[in-house]
Amino acid sequence: MSAQPIANPYLPYEAEIVERIQETPDVFTWRLRFVDEQLHQQYEFQHGQFNMLYQFGVGEIPVSVKNREQNLLTHTIRVVGRVTKAMAELKAGHRIGIRGPYGRGWPIQDCTGKDVVFITAGLGCAPAISAIQHVAECRTCFGRLVIMQSVKHRSDMLWQKQYDEWRQLPNTQVLLAASREKTNWPNWERGRVSVLFEDAIYDKQNCTVMLCGPDGMMSGSARMLAELGVPEEHIYLSLERNMQCAIGHCGHCQFGSAFVCKDGPVFSYPEVKEVLGHRGF
Amino acid sequence: MSRSGFLQYEKFNQLFSQLQSAGYGCVGPSVIDGAVQFGKISSVAQLPQGIELTVKPGSVRVAKGDHQRYFAWPNGAQGIKPWLYRSRELLWRAEQTEQGFVFNRPEVNAEPIAFIGARACDLAALQLQDLHFMYGDYPDPFYSAHRNALFIVGVNCSHTGNTCFCASTGDGPEIQSGFDLLLDELDDGFIVRFGSEKGLKIFEQLELTPVSAEGHVDAKAQIAEVIAAQERALLHENMHANIFSNLDDREWDSVAEKCLACGNCTMVCPTCFCHREVEVQALDGKSSQHIREWDSCFNQDHSYIHGITIRDETRLRYRQWMSHKLGSWRDQYDRTGCTGCGRCISWCPAAIDFVAEANLIAGDS
Repeated sequence: MSAQPIANPYLPYEAEIVERIQETPDVFTWRLRFVDEQLHQQYEFQHGQFNMLYQFGVGEIPVSVKNREQNLLTHTIRVVGRVTKAMAELKAGHRIGIRGPYGRGWPIQDCTGKDVVFITAGLGCAPAISAIQHVAECRTCFGRLVIMQSVKHRSDMLWQKQYDEWRQLPNTQVLLAASREKTNWPNWERGRVSVLFEDAIYDKQNCTVMLCGPDGMMSGSARMLAELGVPEEHIYLSLERNMQCAIGHCGHCQFGSAFVCKDGPVFSYPEVKEVLGHRGF
Repeated sequence: MSRSGFLQYEKFNQLFSQLQSAGYGCVGPSVIDGAVQFGKISSVAQLPQGIELTVKPGSVRVAKGDHQRYFAWPNGAQGIKPWLYRSRELLWRAEQTEQGFVFNRPEVNAEPIAFIGARACDLAALQLQDLHFMYGDYPDPFYSAHRNALFIVGVNCSHTGNTCFCASTGDGPEIQSGFDLLLDELDDGFIVRFGSEKGLKIFEQLELTPVSAEGHVDAKAQIAEVIAAQERALLHENMHANIFSNLDDREWDSVAEKCLACGNCTMVCPTCFCHREVEVQALDGKSSQHIREWDSCFNQDHSYIHGITIRDETRLRYRQWMSHKLGSWRDQYDRTGCTGCGRCISWCPAAIDFVAEANLIAGDS
């Protein structure tokens, strides 16, 4: 049998960093363009999906797609490990590898006519941004839009201007909380994201809730929402686990029976309830 | 039942020569470093004839036996897995250019291989690996290439090991499907059957004689003896529910006290599929290889994510291994991920008995 090149689902494509934005001391955003123009035009993603980003000689990491702005693909990255530390050094004009998009995104298509509630914490807001934008851009397609975001300190808040703009939209509520803030600020509550639940106005029987943040925040919130009367199957959450292949082969992202990379990262609450919040999963 | 014929010991090497003429490289068992291991071999002379293989928890010993059989031992150190899902595989290579870099796909040299001596547990495991790597949304090109070039000579087990429990998982000791040729070894030769068209082609080239009535009876009898002799049995019917309702069972702590988290069990398991991706940059910095290599859920960094290790204790890693193998595997692939080969018990340096632990933690009490 002769050797031949094969289709390879692991193969990334080259992309250029068009712009680099330092969001906070340890968070930066890349705006990217695939080097292959045709590929760049064809690239599509669902809200909540992720890409594998590759730095030459260093490695690959999964990062959720923030959105597509001015026809550029946007990723926001927190500097935390070996690969992201190296990525933080790259500048506009440098090139990376991208493969994707992967996984199952938010169930936006099922939200038409219903109230839509986003509950996010910290950088957990990034995977929800494009979905929020989608709902914000068509306020009449959906019921109420409720956005709840919590951070540790007010200064950790990303994209404040964007949230202020959303606040002005009809039928829309933006609620913010800071858990370690000592001072009272207008439009801010002090405490964890759950302190906002009481002020949120939406039809609990006819809504879709989308959660993204640390596991504890998501399992706690999902439990409280269910107690408040939101049907469990209307609660969705986006999980994060070690992902190396992104196609359900490498086994690292297993969460109970699910492969987070291909069965998620977005799950309905009943799908993961059995092990969500359980130490070791 | 398909047509069968008898291949006498004196003619056994015809199997090798016919497979070689058909373009296959032969892979078979030999005694290497005190264990039965599969490697490239060219004739029957390299097979482990006349040996006795004694396996028990934490122990594998090869000795000379008082017989002339070739396959009078339970199973080898590894199944078919390393020949298809390679322990190390180059996925792609990035080469620097003036402006950036390009990604080059590797060529896959899928050499046709005839695997001689596959056991029932290994063929059941092969089916599970096929499901994982070939029949999902993203067929793995490397596994698929090796798999499609594989010829399987199965052997029904005539001897059980102390750690074997395939009868309880329903996977052995008799091979039901998935082979090209199938052998039952008797004292003077083999009953040969074919299970595929390519198997038939080789079958027709062998100098076979009719199988005697006693031969068929003896073959059935030795399989029945293996079943009767198996001392371990996995009680797996309700394990999924039992494991997930016993996630905080104290037995996880006591097994973790014995477990070294070395990962041997996952390395010899014929169904384990976890692998990590690593980057190997050339010394001149101009190119970089993206490689996958076998990983284990017993490694601390298996569950690493942005500064956190989700399974930071051996207890949690042992639970992940068992709850996946016997529990969540069922949701993923409609059956447990265990085919009863017993290697995880034989090759455990702490002699942990997977079956006993599973029955204790997850069996119906």
